Amino acid sequence: MAEVIEKEEQAPEAPSAPPLNVRELLLTPVFDNNPIGRQVLGVCSALAVTTGLKTSIVMSLAVIFVTAFSNLSVSAIRNLIPSSIRIIVEMTIIASLVIIADQFIRAYAYDISKQLSIFVGLIITNCIIMGRAEAFALKNPPIHSFLDGIGNGLGYSTVLIAVGFFRELLGSGKLFGYEIFSLVTEGGWYVPNGLMLLAPSAFFLIGFFIWIVRAWKPEQVEED
Amino acid sequence: MQKDSVQRTVFVALVVCLACSVLVSGAAVALSSIQKENKRLDKVKNILIAGGLYDASQDIQAVYDDKVVPLLVELDTGRIIGKEQYPAGIQASTYDLKKMASDPAMGRLVDPAEDIANIRKRPKYIFIYEVIENGKLEKIILPIYGYGLWSTLYGFVSLGSDLQTIQGITYYEHAETPGLGGEVDNPRWKGLWQGKKAFDESGEVAISVIKGTVDTNNPQAQYQVDGLSGATITTRGVHNMLHYWLGDHGYGRLIETLKQGGTRG
Repeated sequence: MAEVIEKEEQAPEAPSAPPLNVRELLLTPVFDNNPIGRQVLGVCSALAVTTGLKTSIVMSLAVIFVTAFSNLSVSAIRNLIPSSIRIIVEMTIIASLVIIADQFIRAYAYDISKQLSIFVGLIITNCIIMGRAEAFALKNPPIHSFLDGIGNGLGYSTVLIAVGFFRELLGSGKLFGYEIFSLVTEGGWYVPNGLMLLAPSAFFLIGFFIWIVRAWKPEQVEED
Repeated sequence: MQKDSVQRTVFVALVVCLACSVLVSGAAVALSSIQKENKRLDKVKNILIAGGLYDASQDIQAVYDDKVVPLLVELDTGRIIGKEQYPAGIQASTYDLKKMASDPAMGRLVDPAEDIANIRKRPKYIFIYEVIENGKLEKIILPIYGYGLWSTLYGFVSLGSDLQTIQGITYYEHAETPGLGGEVDNPRWKGLWQGKKAFDESGEVAISVIKGTVDTNNPQAQYQVDGLSGATITTRGVHNMLHYWLGDHGYGRLIETLKQGGTRG
């Protein structure tokens, strides 16, 4: 949680009545200001659920849903929230949305819910959501905040899905559970890389992702 | 009212909590029937997998209704209980293993000396499943559970109609490390169990999960299954739970009953 407070100051200050720039709100968080790549938030869950593409995608959808609607609701009542209970109110809204998302996944994607197990519930502690509510939704109108939530959710999803893609492909030779490389254990040629199935591999992949994005957009490199 | 006044703070907190609780309980209530149905179907699916009957293209409920018969067993005596005599509250479709094991009236504590599978509690009554094809008993499917490295593994093992040959094993719930202990879900490993003998000539539990690969020239090979590499403790858990459940404290008495062509409900 300490992360959130620190990041708050770095987040771009929005003008009081900003024009609605849908493209910018949606796309800036994907590459220019990616919550994982640039702000290094929400990494914990990115390690846990990315052993396969399917779980990565369901997790991404759940996070997009939660960031979008938590931003929307926090923004809608931003002028009513007393500052003394601001964080608790945000947490209540986020926690409720996460439970709703979890209930839907259990009802409509039961197999995946078994694999995601507690990690859906742990979206509550995902710093991105709290960070956006604090840094953006409290200062901006609902529609802007909603789009900002979707944008940041997409930024998180991009990394999650990329990591999930490589981990599943290199770790089990499959994508979406369908065989791509035939494994040695099944009589094929590919020796699966067991490291890819363990959490540390996601660190390496996220490291590569940050490296590539910063090589492409050198302005993101922090000064020493 | 001022924005930061006490009344305002309490009021906002109450309204937010109320709105959120309505949404959360609404979602939970509205979706609970679908969730329960999912859980039930998942269990049915796993029974079919253990019995080697699962085929993704077929309706699992239809296959289950057609070929699988649940039987209630009293574990301590090995007696099969007829449908009319089911203890109150027990029904095949709603039976919950975990609840039964923890219920003081329906479960019992396992004596630590005999608790090799580290389960601590087990139900007094448990449902086993018979697979009947063309009017003939093909397999029996037995629920098993026991502790691995991180979690209790819940699954089924199925025996052929000789009550000796293992036909399949499957786990439907566990939280072992993916890629290591989690490989208990690997279809290739599960395939290794097929045709192995669970009991030796004298009727003792002989099945054993060994380290490394089974030497097929060894006369013991028919009782041995390869361990999972990198998952010594999970593998030992699987070994122990089979010894517990197939032994005298588990289904040993039931298997005796069945061998003698025992009473059917």
